[in-house]
Amino acid sequence: MLSRTADNLFWIARYMERAETAARLLEVGSRISLIPSVHGYRSEWDSLLQATGTAEGFARKYGEAVQRNIESYLFFDHDNPSSVAACIVRARENGRIVRTALTTQVWDALNTAFQELRQLERMPRSELDLSRLTEWTMRHAAMVRGAIDATLLRNDGFNFLNLGYYLERGDSTARLMDVKYYVLLPRVDFVGSGLDNYQWATLLRAMSAHRAFHWAYGGEVTAGKIADFLILNPQCPRSLITCVAGMNNHLGRLAKAYRRTTEAQDRAAALQAALESVTVDQIFDEGLHEFLSRFIREAADLGRTIHECYLSGDVR
Amino acid sequence: MLLTVDHVTRYTYDAPVRGVVQSHRLTPSQFDGQTVLDWQVSVTDGQPGGRFRDGAGDWVQGYSVSGPVSEIVVTVSGRVETRDLAGVLRGHKESIPPEVYLRDTAPTAPDVSLRELATRGAGQGDALATAHALSAAVADAIAYRPGVTHAHTTAAEALALGEGVCQDHAHAMISVARLNGLPARYVSGYLFAAADGTPHEAAHAWTEVFVAGLGWIGFDPANRCCPDERYIRLGSGHDARDAAPIRGIARGPGAEALDVAVAVLAADQ
Amino acid sequence: MTTYFNEMFENGAVRAPYRRLEDWTRAMPAELRQMKQAEAEALFRRIGITFAVYGEGGDPDRLIPFDMFPRVFSNAEWTRLERGIKQRARALNAFLADVYGRGEIVRAGRIPSRLVYQNEAYEKAVTGFLPPKGVYSHIVGIDLVRTGPDEFFVLEDNCRTPSGVSYMLENREIMMRMFPDLFRENRILPVDGYSGRLRHTLASVAPAKCDHDPTVVILTPGHFNSAYYEHSFLADLMGVELVEGQDLFVEGEFVFMRTTEGPKRVDVIYRRIDDAFIDPLCFRPDSMLGVPGLMDVYRSGGVSICSAPGAGVADDKAVYTYVPEMVRFYLGEEPILQNVPTWQCGKSDDLKYVLDHLAELVVKEVHGSGGYGMLVGPKSTAEQVEAFRARIVADPGNYIAQPTLALSTTPTFVNEGIAPRHVDLRPYCLVGETIELVPGGLTRVALTEGSLVVNSSQGGGVKDTWVLAE
Repeated sequence: MLSRTADNLFWIARYMERAETAARLLEVGSRISLIPSVHGYRSEWDSLLQATGTAEGFARKYGEAVQRNIESYLFFDHDNPSSVAACIVRARENGRIVRTALTTQVWDALNTAFQELRQLERMPRSELDLSRLTEWTMRHAAMVRGAIDATLLRNDGFNFLNLGYYLERGDSTARLMDVKYYVLLPRVDFVGSGLDNYQWATLLRAMSAHRAFHWAYGGEVTAGKIADFLILNPQCPRSLITCVAGMNNHLGRLAKAYRRTTEAQDRAAALQAALESVTVDQIFDEGLHEFLSRFIREAADLGRTIHECYLSGDVR
Repeated sequence: MLLTVDHVTRYTYDAPVRGVVQSHRLTPSQFDGQTVLDWQVSVTDGQPGGRFRDGAGDWVQGYSVSGPVSEIVVTVSGRVETRDLAGVLRGHKESIPPEVYLRDTAPTAPDVSLRELATRGAGQGDALATAHALSAAVADAIAYRPGVTHAHTTAAEALALGEGVCQDHAHAMISVARLNGLPARYVSGYLFAAADGTPHEAAHAWTEVFVAGLGWIGFDPANRCCPDERYIRLGSGHDARDAAPIRGIARGPGAEALDVAVAVLAADQ
Repeated sequence: MTTYFNEMFENGAVRAPYRRLEDWTRAMPAELRQMKQAEAEALFRRIGITFAVYGEGGDPDRLIPFDMFPRVFSNAEWTRLERGIKQRARALNAFLADVYGRGEIVRAGRIPSRLVYQNEAYEKAVTGFLPPKGVYSHIVGIDLVRTGPDEFFVLEDNCRTPSGVSYMLENREIMMRMFPDLFRENRILPVDGYSGRLRHTLASVAPAKCDHDPTVVILTPGHFNSAYYEHSFLADLMGVELVEGQDLFVEGEFVFMRTTEGPKRVDVIYRRIDDAFIDPLCFRPDSMLGVPGLMDVYRSGGVSICSAPGAGVADDKAVYTYVPEMVRFYLGEEPILQNVPTWQCGKSDDLKYVLDHLAELVVKEVHGSGGYGMLVGPKSTAEQVEAFRARIVADPGNYIAQPTLALSTTPTFVNEGIAPRHVDLRPYCLVGETIELVPGGLTRVALTEGSLVVNSSQGGGVKDTWVLAE
């Protein structure tokens, strides 16, 4: 298929997943701010913005980090390229460009999200509480994803969409964990405290993985169990290993369809082998933050390699 | 006259570019005034593309270079036997009707001063005399001085400056000829500068004006003459860009630097 | 008071082609009609057929209003139109081959050479080049109006890239979905063969160097273009790639597209971008929409471009006047379709007449399109007429004038029920190895009462156009 078309599909998936991440961040932030912390209420929002690399843009536009402004910024603001609104508009525009590579159902799902967003934007903000906004985002993300799974031809375009989803999702999980561990928890002596556990539970809830976690592990929420669940457990739909395995699967299908392997397959395989051989203890020995930072870097490298090998148009 | 040409154009990019595509008009025209004895064009790492003779009678040859590449060298060399036909383009095959060359392009669009200059062609009796008068008028109005104008200077701007190079003379001549109802076009080629030394570049440009009954006739206001055996004609167009011997585009962010060296020598027979 | 030919009612009686529609409208109460209208609109919006209007703010995804009342031609009416349209398309292509070749028609003095060779649309870069099968304009859109039972006039020819064919196809699709009974009761010739024939036409003009099943693509200026939907729609129906300039590149003697599997050679480009943007090496150097080096490949027989660069010289509004002459000159036939009498403001006698009768005439820019830059004298205020007069006097050669035609009307659904509205017709003739015309076209309707301007950018709508099998 045209490299540009593949790139558009890849980015439809990334934008939809990114919209979901923005909504999940809002959810984490609002729940964590419900309990008092050592810094007072406000600083948790600051930390969140810092963790997502959007603090500067926010400060320039809004100044003080109060919840309402954060909601505007993370949900409605088109100047914030990672906001829900910006991501949905771009996903839908990408969809319009490659309309012929999508089924009516997928286009419908993208277009409906866009049209409803327009309506939300016209509504008075007093009628929109945060949970409604996050649920709205999850629902539409799921509808697009569902339409893709249920109706799209299993061709190369399907593989590029899925590569986008898994790449973005893995990155998002790593970042959310890093926010929790590195930013939210004020000092290392809070590890294992009630605050620590509350924050972990919030994180799970934001990832819609609260119940799944308890089914899988039971008992106390500990950092070790969470790390195992979100990094190494292939049953968890958002774990790093699930995302990397997903990329390997779809890269493998591309290699088979195109009858050639590229550097992208090699990199993805190396990433998976590394995750399969590591233990939670080793992760904590390295330092969770260091481990996650490394993963984020390696995933980004893989994304670049996929771009060079398939999407850039310079493929020989 | 037997002339030898060595023409090297070097493009360098400060960052490697992903690819380059060029379109060349680098083959001497076929007409009674010149006979090509041998002629080679080469492009470093270049893959030759389509080759054809266009409606103006010019040989066009495409080239592409696959990147990444940081430098491209286009080398032209050969020998041409030339004859003085007093500027007349005799025996040249082309199919574009002369009237097409009455259309203005941005670099040749007239302004008040060009219209004023064009009146110097009035009352000359016939078209040939008009063209000679105009050529002289342009030579008087624009003194040769390198470095004051650039590739995108228009005829009107050069006239306002009163200075310029052969490209500016040619554009101005085209403009005033068209204003007199004479089809006119830009010609690019080479010029052998004799030792006594008219100071012009070996890569040269002049004008052709269409005179009914005679056909296309060359005028070189820069040297106050008609092309003779010192000239080698390559190709023509509405203006400098349209007649450029090399047109090219690089794909990529690298900024381009250009270095051109041309030597035209009289060979011992 | 002008009387207008009503295509459904003549002297109080229903004309034959519309007979069955009378019962249909009688059986449709207002509520049902409104429901159906809403349904149609929802369908259009869902499919994504929208239209961006140049230079206007507001909704970028505006729909062109769709009128459900079909426009109907009898088979006999269509047969005559078809012959006339094909004749005209042949003559226009013969003209193009001639003026880029030996120029016989100019030498014979049948058309002023100035109109041809000094025309902005005349492209010297293709002079002396004969495209595959000798075809320059592969899709000829001919705008027709009707003034009586047998009176059809050609308003203008579109030899470059006529748009709107997606509406012809979608209007039919939606009508069949909403009113299946209508299609059972009336024997209506199908139009859905268009995309297959278009593909066949394009493949039939593959270049000399193509020794395999040709790869066809559509070249679009991009998703910001108002006709982007149509480009993607046609690509989808034909099963070909929709490419932008950046997706193509020249290497050696050929053009390739950038795919995830590496370069893939392209043989035929159905371009929906203007000549000036096709190749920055040959035309506008600042064009980001085109493909550098494309023209060299084209001229050396490595790729076909449809329509050929330079085809626009045949559809210029000043050249239009001479199309009947082309039919006689090249085909030795009498033109079946008439031209609208046209005054060229560039001629001093004509200019005088036009300025004296400005309030009665329609005046258009020679190179204008889309209903912009035009004056409809009888529908304009005195100030508008005077303002336009100044523009004509400033640059007479840029304008032509025509009498205000008594455009036919067809019944159209309006708020109050059904009322006559003025219509025109654009059929799409395909020229390749063979010359073909699907039975139908795009009927545009001026929805405002009394208006004669049917352009979608000026408040026009569209209708399904039927040709009956008998």
